[in-house]
Amino acid sequence: MPPELPTALRLLLLRDLRLAVRRWGQMATPLMFFAIVATLFPLALSPAMLQLREIAPGVLWVAALLSSLLALDALFRADLEDGSLEQLLLSPQPLPLLLLARTAAHWLMSAVPLIALAPLLAVALHLPAQALVTLMLALALGTPVLSLLGAIGAALTMGLHRGGALLALLVLPLAVPVLIFGARATDLAARGEDPAGPLFLLASLLFLALSLAPIAAAAALRVSLD
Amino acid sequence: MTERLVEGLEARNLQLWRGDRCLFRQLDIVVGGGRLVHVQGRNGAGKTSLMRILCGLALPDAGEVLWRSRRIERVREEFHLAIAWLGHRDGLKQDLTALENLCFSNGLRRTCAARQARAALGEGGLDAVADLPVRVLSAGQRRRVAFARVQTSGAPLWLLDEPFANLDAASTSFIAGRLSAHLAEGGSIVLAAHRLPSGLTEHAAVPLDAA
Repeated sequence: MPPELPTALRLLLLRDLRLAVRRWGQMATPLMFFAIVATLFPLALSPAMLQLREIAPGVLWVAALLSSLLALDALFRADLEDGSLEQLLLSPQPLPLLLLARTAAHWLMSAVPLIALAPLLAVALHLPAQALVTLMLALALGTPVLSLLGAIGAALTMGLHRGGALLALLVLPLAVPVLIFGARATDLAARGEDPAGPLFLLASLLFLALSLAPIAAAAALRVSLD
Repeated sequence: MTERLVEGLEARNLQLWRGDRCLFRQLDIVVGGGRLVHVQGRNGAGKTSLMRILCGLALPDAGEVLWRSRRIERVREEFHLAIAWLGHRDGLKQDLTALENLCFSNGLRRTCAARQARAALGEGGLDAVADLPVRVLSAGQRRRVAFARVQTSGAPLWLLDEPFANLDAASTSFIAGRLSAHLAEGGSIVLAAHRLPSGLTEHAAVPLDAA
């Protein structure tokens, strides 16, 4: 008898976390990228406090979006090269749920450190302290959507040489709503207004992505491997 | 004969083209209990393509693959539980140890026993490297770890693509022995290889050069 589904998902999640810990350098790169992109703006524009406060929400969200893309490119490529993707596709468990577990592991290792780092960068960009909680909440709701969308893109482009650029072209347009609502929520909180509206919209995007993206990613993987 | 058809894997009327070259057409294969089917042919004859079609990783241009008389796409989970696949690539994670790799792959299939995995590695002469990351193993050792995964999968049907690649004479004859034992226990094997090692006899051959 195959093990219960939760057991299998836990196994996969733990394996991916273990792999990520053994390859922590790969995990740190997107995080450094996030920090550097966010600090480039004050250097390029102006370190004036008022101007930075104005653009901080947008800068943080664009940096988070780009850094999540950078991390996603490798989501399936290594598995394709060592053949473990074939084994995953032939496992007697439902593929969309396995992919959901993989994406969750990826999110835990790439986005959670980013969410933890974000307040620090936000302070550096003079974002008012009252917006920090909203920023983290919005990132916590928005980054899983980016990971899930990215999983579809990564599944479609994994077999291509230099698929990273194509991945960006595929995923960035789809990520626009996340960017708009995330930056809007942060902006509202910075002005002392109620950010609930965009946060609810982000949450609904998350549920939409959670329910549909794994199925799409599974179909994309089967096509890409054929 | 009818019962055997129902019990195993059956491919009907397979056809595959690569560009304007036909690799095979009207190909019928039946794999049942205790039988070894040998897919043979020179390099580029389509052995790997056929194997990938048989396990459902790729689709043929025409024809269908049936498991217990039902199309494999319709019974995917049941079918996947019944097969073990060893492809060109070993399917091992480089940063995990040999033992961790085995426990993970088999853990998705059935409640995993680390003791059984360690025993299979020991049997294959991999005792000393069981706790080393696969990254540091030689190509032949990786192949043997990958074979140990097949061996401990508990699947009745093994689909092996070039299982003897990168192996020395001793390992080849060890694996040939394990294959014979699997057949004797009533399991079945589809094996793609240029030729079989001594000690193994095929029950049916699928020559791909003729097409």
